[in-house]
Amino acid sequence: MRKASFLRKQVDKLKPYVENNKLLHTVFDGFDTFLFAPDETTASRTHIKDGIDLKRTMVYVVLGMTLCALHGIFNIGHQHYNALGLYPNLTDGLLWKALYGICQFIPVFVVVHLVGLGIEFFFAAKKGHAIEEGFLVSGFLIPLIMPPDIPLWMVAVATAFAVIIAKEAFGGTGMNILNIALTARVFVFFAHPTFMSGDECWVSQDYNLLHTLAGVKAHTLDALGLDRVPYEGGWKSLIVDGFTGATPLGLAAKGGWESVLQHYTIKDMIVGFIPGSVGEMNKIIIVIGAFFLAISGIASWRIMLSMLIGAIVMGIIINALGGQFADNLFLQVPWYYHIIMGSFLFAMAFMATDPVTGAQTDAGKWVYGFLIGVSGMIIRVLNPAYPEGWMLAILLLNVFAPLIDHVIINRNIKRRVARVG
Amino acid sequence: MGKTIKLKKGFDIKLYGTPEHKYIENFKSSTFAVRPPDYMSLKPIPKLTVQIGDEVLAGDQLFFDKPNPDIAFCSPVSGEVVEIRRGEKRAIEEVVILADEEIRFRDFGAEHPNKISEERIREKLMQSGCWTFLRQRPFNIIADPTIKPRDIFISCFDTNTLAPDLEFTLRDDVDAFQAGVDVLDKLTDGFVHLGVNGKLDRSVFSGITKAEFNSFTGPHPAGNVGVQIHHTKPINKGEVVWTVHPYDVVAIGRLFINGVFNTQRMFTLGGPPVHYAANFKSYLGTGIKSAIHNNITTENIRLVSGTPISGRVMDENGHLGAFDYQLSILEEGDFHELFGWILPSYARPSISPTIPPVELTSKLPFVQKVDRFNVNTNTHGEKRAFVMSGQYEKVLPMDIYPVHLLKAILSRDYDLMEGLGIYEVVEEDLALCEFVCTSKFDVQDTLREGLNYMREQG
Repeated sequence: MRKASFLRKQVDKLKPYVENNKLLHTVFDGFDTFLFAPDETTASRTHIKDGIDLKRTMVYVVLGMTLCALHGIFNIGHQHYNALGLYPNLTDGLLWKALYGICQFIPVFVVVHLVGLGIEFFFAAKKGHAIEEGFLVSGFLIPLIMPPDIPLWMVAVATAFAVIIAKEAFGGTGMNILNIALTARVFVFFAHPTFMSGDECWVSQDYNLLHTLAGVKAHTLDALGLDRVPYEGGWKSLIVDGFTGATPLGLAAKGGWESVLQHYTIKDMIVGFIPGSVGEMNKIIIVIGAFFLAISGIASWRIMLSMLIGAIVMGIIINALGGQFADNLFLQVPWYYHIIMGSFLFAMAFMATDPVTGAQTDAGKWVYGFLIGVSGMIIRVLNPAYPEGWMLAILLLNVFAPLIDHVIINRNIKRRVARVG
Repeated sequence: MGKTIKLKKGFDIKLYGTPEHKYIENFKSSTFAVRPPDYMSLKPIPKLTVQIGDEVLAGDQLFFDKPNPDIAFCSPVSGEVVEIRRGEKRAIEEVVILADEEIRFRDFGAEHPNKISEERIREKLMQSGCWTFLRQRPFNIIADPTIKPRDIFISCFDTNTLAPDLEFTLRDDVDAFQAGVDVLDKLTDGFVHLGVNGKLDRSVFSGITKAEFNSFTGPHPAGNVGVQIHHTKPINKGEVVWTVHPYDVVAIGRLFINGVFNTQRMFTLGGPPVHYAANFKSYLGTGIKSAIHNNITTENIRLVSGTPISGRVMDENGHLGAFDYQLSILEEGDFHELFGWILPSYARPSISPTIPPVELTSKLPFVQKVDRFNVNTNTHGEKRAFVMSGQYEKVLPMDIYPVHLLKAILSRDYDLMEGLGIYEVVEEDLALCEFVCTSKFDVQDTLREGLNYMREQG
């Protein structure tokens, strides 16, 4: 036994106080193992163990998304001021844009974790388990895939739904069939369709308490030359003429590629300072994150690559069919532009690669990713209600992943039987 | 030499305290033990044929398993039976013999295997204790004398961490090895398959006759006989093959050349806390006390009979297992590590690229690349449900889906276990899976559970 450090001794001193309460003990254990890797030693036939554990794995996914979050935070502010006609250039009012974004993002992030971790702690205590790390990633993903203007209560309900129904009902981390973060997203989508459809949710308009406290609200009113928010219409009435919160996908679904180009350049779509879900905008950053996860072996490059191939193949097919359906201009959007529109890359890097809900065999991963690419493209282009497909495609294939594995596994069994001849 | 099979999957855990080709001169252990639990299939309380205080010669029977009374379990040395160590429910764990200064052997008579009948060979092996070296797959249990094996497999190199280099330790025993192969060749209608290290231009085994050669290259577990069987001639349902360790082949050879049960062999002693890691010569079931005396740099250690990834814990009065050829010594990892999961404070082996093989030097923040590791027995994380996929497959060079096999065992799905190839693997083959597991799952214990289910089913 090595000598315990000062900090360690303090933690140990706290232990007796939490022993008697299940929930407290679970929470204490969670923080203890966060602060210190446990002193547990091997007790089975393998006496030494690899340095990787689930905490490290999950934190790497979070690291991969960090830049996306930072970009998203700034972009929330940038879009907000753009809508008001202030600071039109990217580099104008940097501080205020960042501050607005932070004040908008933090409450969502906090609510997701309060709700999600609360449920997690409760179930862990009830089952007498340690807190599992799955929510580290889900809790980070959920705020990134929501529209910036989402009301907090909606986030809370969606998170609770996802964690209870999609995860705990199946037994917790590692047992779920559906991707947790996407379940939260799909809940908002189906439960609050009026909010999610249209262009308004993609730009954050209102001011919350944090904005007021941070002085962002006062500053904005000052810049607009007003002394208070107009009674009628609120902030919405201040949006400048000609500004649209429409996303490239929304535009493409209505008016095809021409319509997209009227509002945005290709560079806009790659760099991502345009309206959209919080973390899904900057394609360069997402590609960096994808490489980070693939190289560190945390996420499967097979799924990413096959999903890309699937989307391209289906994109080409859709383009070929485009001429026959003249009323759906979306079909004619060149396949290579689909890659940079919407959440394709984000879904590829961070959603489809979830090891729990994806296929588990190497061969299965190729099929799984490819089918996501194909079906996601179909849903995106051919569905009249909503111009995006990855959320539904991934959830669909989550359900089919065990079947894909089953086929692969059966092939292995058949090979073994065939050997006997 | 036959074909070379290049294996890519696997992982070599490189540790400090690797024995290389050094010796401990004049190693002597005062006690030796034969351990019934090492033989997997034995009843917990075998029938003892000696009592405490009895004098035995090397080759005298100590006990037998009641269902198979013909197979004798014999003393590896001459001396006095001093202790019968019992465990739970009076199960016999060790029969300990205090060795004589000079080992005296019981004479079974030298015979040339080609000049006697197969029946006589079997009888001689069973009487002398050599039959216990023959292990049958599936299940890795003592060979059933009523079954003729399809083939016999011998892996001539050991890729385990800290393991003996058989090319070095067997260089003087090639004649006995050849004699052993001659004997085994008579026991099967198939072949005796030798798996040799494909990296070597010349092997001490090159000149062996009456055997089929296959060479293998690649990281551990390329040297595991189970992996070699899988790539040479896999075990199908209903088939039985035998595996024998080269040391035991030598012992069988000596039985026929000299007529004695002589299990002398070279073990290794290694591990990061070992002062002088080296090979030492002793007999089967050797005590280890004198090897570690004054040879360990720290106090809080774990003694492992076998490899660090598939071994048994013992104390300093313990004895090496019948199928263990190395004594691995590891520092206990029973200490907390501040933020150890995200900022490891010392280098540790891993297949994950998130943990580069580097160590922070005293001149922060410089890092130094390491090619060997100081490991300890910390689990580096807590047990979790399966989350990651494809990890086990990276270290198992076989056409087997280990996670699905383990899940079949957990759900006791016999058909699925069989279909996914449970007959082709034993604990040591999946040991690396247990090492790399992010969720710290007990792979080997679960596999043994599954193998026991299948065996009970018959």
